[in-house]
Amino acid sequence: MALLEVRNLDVTFASWGGNLVALRDVSFSLEPGERLGIVGESGAGKSVAAFAILNLISRPGYISGGEILFEGQDLTQLSPQEMRSIRGNRISMIFQDPMMTLNPVLTVGVQMTEVLHAHREISAEEARSRALQTLTRVHISSPEKRFDQYPHELSGGMRQRVVIATALLTESSLIIADEPTTALDVTIQAEIMDLLLELCELNNVGLILITHDLSVISQVSQHAIVMYAGRVVEAGPIWEIVNNAQHPYTQGLIGALPQQTTPGKRLNQIRGVMPSLSNIPEGCAFNPRCQLVMEVCRTSVPTYTNIGSTRVACHAAGSAQTGNPLSLEHNKT
Amino acid sequence: MFAFFSRRLVQAVLVMLVISVIAFSIQDNLGDPLRELVGQSVSEAERQSLRNQMGLNDPFFVQYWRFFKKALLGDLGTSYFFKRPALDVILDKLPATLELVFGTTLIVILFSVPIGVFAAIYPKQWFLRLVMGMSIIGISIPVFLTAIMSIYIFSVELGWLPSFGRGETVELYGWTVGFLTRDGLMHLILPCTALSSIMLPLFIRLIRAEMMEVLESEYIRFAWAKGLTRRRIWFLHALKNTLLPVITVGGLQIGTLIAFTILTETVFQWPGMGFLFLEAVNRVDTPLIVAYLIVVGLIFVIANTIVDLIYGLVNPTVRLARSHPEGE
Ligand SMILES: Nc1ncnc2c1ncn2[C@@H]1O[C@H](COP(=O)(O)OP(=O)(O)O)[C@@H](O)[C@H]1O
Ligand code: SF4
Ligand SMILES: [Mg+2]
Repeated sequence: MALLEVRNLDVTFASWGGNLVALRDVSFSLEPGERLGIVGESGAGKSVAAFAILNLISRPGYISGGEILFEGQDLTQLSPQEMRSIRGNRISMIFQDPMMTLNPVLTVGVQMTEVLHAHREISAEEARSRALQTLTRVHISSPEKRFDQYPHELSGGMRQRVVIATALLTESSLIIADEPTTALDVTIQAEIMDLLLELCELNNVGLILITHDLSVISQVSQHAIVMYAGRVVEAGPIWEIVNNAQHPYTQGLIGALPQQTTPGKRLNQIRGVMPSLSNIPEGCAFNPRCQLVMEVCRTSVPTYTNIGSTRVACHAAGSAQTGNPLSLEHNKT
Repeated sequence: MFAFFSRRLVQAVLVMLVISVIAFSIQDNLGDPLRELVGQSVSEAERQSLRNQMGLNDPFFVQYWRFFKKALLGDLGTSYFFKRPALDVILDKLPATLELVFGTTLIVILFSVPIGVFAAIYPKQWFLRLVMGMSIIGISIPVFLTAIMSIYIFSVELGWLPSFGRGETVELYGWTVGFLTRDGLMHLILPCTALSSIMLPLFIRLIRAEMMEVLESEYIRFAWAKGLTRRRIWFLHALKNTLLPVITVGGLQIGTLIAFTILTETVFQWPGMGFLFLEAVNRVDTPLIVAYLIVVGLIFVIANTIVDLIYGLVNPTVRLARSHPEGE
């Protein structure tokens, strides 16, 4: 049985001027202990997808369709009480900015042990020793001292280690990490990422890693989904996606990677920007930015085509026209 | 902690110095003290010699220095009207005013925190929306109107509550207190309610706004993601952060509260310092006015220092302001 299976998930933000669709028909799945990457530019809907799993979408957003099967149980059908017993206990989250994630007025120790107290009968001493143990596992020196400190007394990297330790306290079988290193100093990003991967692997914990950086995912995950304007535009094994991208958007992301750029040249950014929810273009949402745009792209939403082991939503998918048009175009300049 | 405290102490002393200079310079601008002392019938020559005698013709700083040295010893002059040391006259009335201020503070805290917090948690609940709507009206009605209306309704029409004076008081460690007798308590209700009518709406709205902002923060979202109970998230994680800015505003509002005791005490004939102050102004009893300003200034400074200390205890970033984040 899959650890997590998201089926045709729709998320809507209710607003005065009508409902805004933030996620449409999003599907993906994850086996126990597997690592899945979610990639896409800022605003693609990655965070909304992550929070939807724990039913924590910020107001006025709500799940308007689909299923989220976690170990066979549909999370969208749970009562608030049942959902609470999943959060932080069976599924843990790591947020983007550790400066904002930890409560400034509570000590590290309080913020760690409260997770244990929330989910099991455990004495204060036992909770404390569990927390200290876990702090050691994330390589925090002098955990006894850190335990009594407040977040502002720790560096950004150390704070994110505390957050990771918190996620590992309970026996979660899934960790959702939403850009866990983006807000950190570049010098420690790799270190924190390695730590996260190592601990997930060691404990056979499934990991959903969200990032806007395809190169990170290519190194750490087994499968990836590429999101654009609230939809999954390409999904498949990471090796396929990186080496044989089918969707023009994925190709654009790969072309924009620094290692794809000749030194001294400008980065090959995809021209244009991600549309806001209130004006998502008709047809294929990517069409104003796409080099391969055809008449049909402006009117009809592309359905999924299976190419090898990847799934692509593009009218041009599978035809001879695909290649790496964006990087070719830009390399001429 | 010690550094924090001594810094606060230096500030407090500076503020008191400024207040004393202001209070003293007011003396010069409040009518002629001689007229109060000797009346109209004294000749101009006699007046001048009396002025010289009293040092009223000396330069400002000489006069201030004389005033300052005496003030340090607790001598703020003699009330022209009561013919007693001004400080004693004021201190006699201090318990009545403090009782009013504490009662009001208690009402404000007991009502504003729960109402503000729940209005933030349930923004759509009809009763809380009604309270929020009323609080806007409450802010815009002047205190004297609230006071007079409540006297009319609860004393004159319904006859439930007394509308003037302190009622029965008892002696407690040299203080006259009213809150220990039933009659004293009844007398406290209307003045305290009227006085809190300005603060209460303000604090309800402030707490609601702060709490709503905190509830949207990442650390609260993270607390939900950890699977904590609602109770813990609302009343520990969110409330503690909400109260920080509220404490600061509370400190600033102490001044406003004391200022409004003058009005409230007058309307309710409350025998406190504010009532006394207004009488002193009418009688141009300058030493009494100055003594009032100094005592009120002192109360304000002490209260603010206490508020700052509480803030320091709640907010870890203040308490440990000198330690820096450590590297990896
Ligand atoms: N609370 C909200 N109300 C309205 N729109 C929102 C809200 N949260 C996110 N959105 C919109 O949903 C879209 C996806 O956002 P998000 O999932 O945060 O993107 P990202 O892929 O960068 O994580 C964006 O267009 C964003 O503006
Ligand atoms: S559907 Fe059309 S516009 Fe969209 S990515 Fe494919 S070719 Fe480009
Ligand atoms: Mg995001």
